[in-house]
Amino acid sequence: MSFLLSCPNCGPRDVNEFAYAGEVTSRPAERPSVRELATYVHFRRNVAGVQQEWWFHRFGCETWFRAERDTRTNAVLATEAAHAEPDGQAAPAEAAVPDVPAV
Amino acid sequence: MRLPPSPEERIDRSRTVTFFFEGEPIEAYAGDTIGSALFAAGRRVFSRSFKYHRPRGLLCCSGHCPNCLMQVDGAPSVRVCTAPVREGTRVRSQNVLGSLDRDLLAVVDKVGGPFTPVGFYYRTMIRPRRAWPYYERFLRRVAGLGTIDKHARRSSRFDTEHRRAEVLVIGGGPSGLDAARAAARDGRRVVLVDEGLALDAQLPREDGFETIAPARAIGIYEGGLVPVDAGDVLLRFRAERVVVASGAIEQPLLFPGNDLVGVLLPSAVRRLTRLWSLRPGERAVVITADDRGLAAAEDLRRAGTSVARVVDLRTTQPAQMAARGSHGRVRSVSVDGDSVDCDVLVMSGGSQPAYSLLAQAGARVEYDGTRGIFVPRDLPPHVEAVGSAAGEGARGAAAVPAASYRGTESGGRCFVCICEDVTDKDVKRAIAEGFDSIELAKRYTTVTMGPCQGRLCHLPSIRLYARETRAEEATIGTTTARPPWAPVRLGLLAGRGHEPAKRTSLHHRHKELGAQMMWTGEWRRPHSYGDVAAEVRAVHEGVGVIDVSTLGKLLVSGPDAVSFLERLYPNRFGDLKPGRIRYAVLGTDAGRIMDDGTIGRLSERDFYVTTTSTGAETVLAWFEWWNAVWGYDVSVDNVTGALAALNVAGPRSRALLARLTELDVSPDGFGYLDAREARVAGVPCLLLRIGFVGELGYELHFPSPYAEYLWDTLLERGADAGIRPFGLEPQRILRLEKAHVIVGQDTDSESNALDANMSWLVKFDKDDFVGKWALEHVRERGPRERLVGFEMANGTVPPEGGQIVVDGLPAGRVTSARWSDAVGKAIGLAWVPPALADEDSRIEIRVDGRLEPALVRLRPFFDPDDERLRA
Ligand code: FES
Ligand SMILES: [Zn+2]
Repeated sequence: MSFLLSCPNCGPRDVNEFAYAGEVTSRPAERPSVRELATYVHFRRNVAGVQQEWWFHRFGCETWFRAERDTRTNAVLATEAAHAEPDGQAAPAEAAVPDVPAV
Repeated sequence: MRLPPSPEERIDRSRTVTFFFEGEPIEAYAGDTIGSALFAAGRRVFSRSFKYHRPRGLLCCSGHCPNCLMQVDGAPSVRVCTAPVREGTRVRSQNVLGSLDRDLLAVVDKVGGPFTPVGFYYRTMIRPRRAWPYYERFLRRVAGLGTIDKHARRSSRFDTEHRRAEVLVIGGGPSGLDAARAAARDGRRVVLVDEGLALDAQLPREDGFETIAPARAIGIYEGGLVPVDAGDVLLRFRAERVVVASGAIEQPLLFPGNDLVGVLLPSAVRRLTRLWSLRPGERAVVITADDRGLAAAEDLRRAGTSVARVVDLRTTQPAQMAARGSHGRVRSVSVDGDSVDCDVLVMSGGSQPAYSLLAQAGARVEYDGTRGIFVPRDLPPHVEAVGSAAGEGARGAAAVPAASYRGTESGGRCFVCICEDVTDKDVKRAIAEGFDSIELAKRYTTVTMGPCQGRLCHLPSIRLYARETRAEEATIGTTTARPPWAPVRLGLLAGRGHEPAKRTSLHHRHKELGAQMMWTGEWRRPHSYGDVAAEVRAVHEGVGVIDVSTLGKLLVSGPDAVSFLERLYPNRFGDLKPGRIRYAVLGTDAGRIMDDGTIGRLSERDFYVTTTSTGAETVLAWFEWWNAVWGYDVSVDNVTGALAALNVAGPRSRALLARLTELDVSPDGFGYLDAREARVAGVPCLLLRIGFVGELGYELHFPSPYAEYLWDTLLERGADAGIRPFGLEPQRILRLEKAHVIVGQDTDSESNALDANMSWLVKFDKDDFVGKWALEHVRERGPRERLVGFEMANGTVPPEGGQIVVDGLPAGRVTSARWSDAVGKAIGLAWVPPALADEDSRIEIRVDGRLEPALVRLRPFFDPDDERLRA
């Protein structure tokens, strides 16, 4: 593996800067049966083709994002910052870095 | 002896350089290579062949073949024909027993036939099995190339450099230079790398693009990645466009005796005569399929070698051709029965584009029947080939020579692959044995697998294969080209040897106090300060202090902080009052324990989360990931490095603290599991009253720059209370006395919170939390094993990982075990079957093959009611 991946924040970077976190899965909305749970936890589609996956810019900006990658060629077709929609809530208004430690 | 000086020569006759060959000094001129200097000194045999130990001499003088490999200053397998001379260099032959001229192993050549047939690796020396160690010792002695000094220290410092180029040109020949110039004119950022073996012409240093030489591209990988071997530095190039101008490689002809010393490729003649003003021999025969051979004949004549005969395969098609020699040196050549004496034989079988890099990059390789060569086709995007690498210039220049030429009845061996000593007979035999695909035949005969990596044997072997199987070359295909394209030192691939270590701000204090440091993950931490028992005693009886700065520390803030944490952890936090702390265990949706720590609520919307020392990064990424999914209005800040932390513990810790802070530290004012902000010795601290080590204790978290100051102050002001710093080992004993779990030590990737006796913190009535469904399932099916304490009946400390045995079968395992002075027993934690997870259950633990009895304990071994902890 030596392809380039485009971090939504930092642009194209060597794949070694990133951590791969597997296919995008969907977490059951309701309490799953044991079988459904096992499927969600353990089973992956493992396609030979284009899939949606999670990446983490580990040695960079530490952002999680989604990528669309062809597993046969390692061609990355698109990357996109994860936008979870928090029920219409606004982004944090201020940075949470304290001026005195741990307060 | 040298020829008269010529303007073309590359040697400087005014400067001599002395190096040593087998201990003997050799005089050379500046500009010589080790190979040319040895040749000038009269040496003709440069190596012994791999299997038969036949004498071999310079063949290509271009760094392509295996014939001049030697040990140079300890480095094995250096091609001396291209290695410049340096003062004092020590050169030795390799793969010989005795000397190059009298190699005792050459006996293999005489009797080797029946013992070293093709594929002998797979067939001989297998039985009897018992004898393998002896065979192995013998094979190790005679096989392989060169030796590595196992005791040598790393002599050079390797490094990796990441580089970018818009256009990367590989090869500095005329077409490579043209391509580089053209791209530079277009305003592109161009880098040209050249192996530096093209000694014929000095590579011009030009404006407009950067030239790196000697440097060798060792492969083309996806994403335009081209690692370049530049000596002690591996340049990891990323290029938008890669131009391959790797040139072409002169091909040998297949006839009996084609490996004799004195058989040369045209490039060797050109270089010996022109660059180093050397006469290759007295009398030469030239057999050629292209103009290169004719040019070599010209070079020979100018050097004063008489050219006895030139056979142009484009005009004559001999059926028989053989070279004969004595003592491994060519003496005569016969062509169709007509024998001519000679001591030089130039053979030229045309030239083959050096397509390996292109093939690795994904190009298809196609046989061109009219030219008798393989050419690269269908190049991947962003990769292009120029010049002879693309097959240019070979058109019409080469007549396709016969696959191989018959010798006379007495003809010697005809080598298809000189690296691995594979003869035409071997290939025929492999085909007869049914190795009917070229990939299989390659593995069986090992043709193309030696140091030349197919440069000289790929094309001839396929031609021979085609003829023998009566197939078209085009249908046979080629063997797969894989990186590296040239030998690479493993040290270069390994890069700089570094072992990154994280140190706390108190590292130097620990060293000054004589701590034995140990690794915990990437951290360096004190194991102890020399007296584990005394350090434990200090915490039980007086006061101790341990550096816990390695704890992961995260600040989770925002209006949704409660909802966020409640959804991540099985615990509840909504009812946690500001200023209070809760122990928390992080789990996955599979129900497994991932990490643990304490969570203190600082205000309505601010939480201070600690993680294990090795878990900080993972937990941070885990938090961020879930929030990328959920989108809570919360921010997570990693303050692990910004804050130092000390745990001050022991019955006298309160009194010590009272001297240093205004804060009310009375049991009522600052109770167990309270969090407070205050200044301690003037340093702004977050104080957490928690007790991992089981005694009254306070964790102080504060800005790292104050760490040494606060540490010193504590030791100074606590001196009269007998304060002692304590390390990890005493901490492990102390926490074990309390049966406090270490995640990752007492739990593994299969453990869940219920089986680990943490059901009290799992709030199943919450709507959702990560791992809820799995834990519900565990609750329904019941526990499979339980984490319990045990004490040994007779004081033996069992090994960690030791087996719990029930009815002679393994039924569990010890995760922690220590001797405790305070308890007066050997104690530990273990996973046992649920049926045995009762107070006083008898279990047996395997220790050194014996079974030792132990009793299960469900409560802490020391201070079971936490009276000291909550004091
Ligand atoms: S003679 Fe040195 S590599 Fe061929
Ligand atoms: Zn980034």
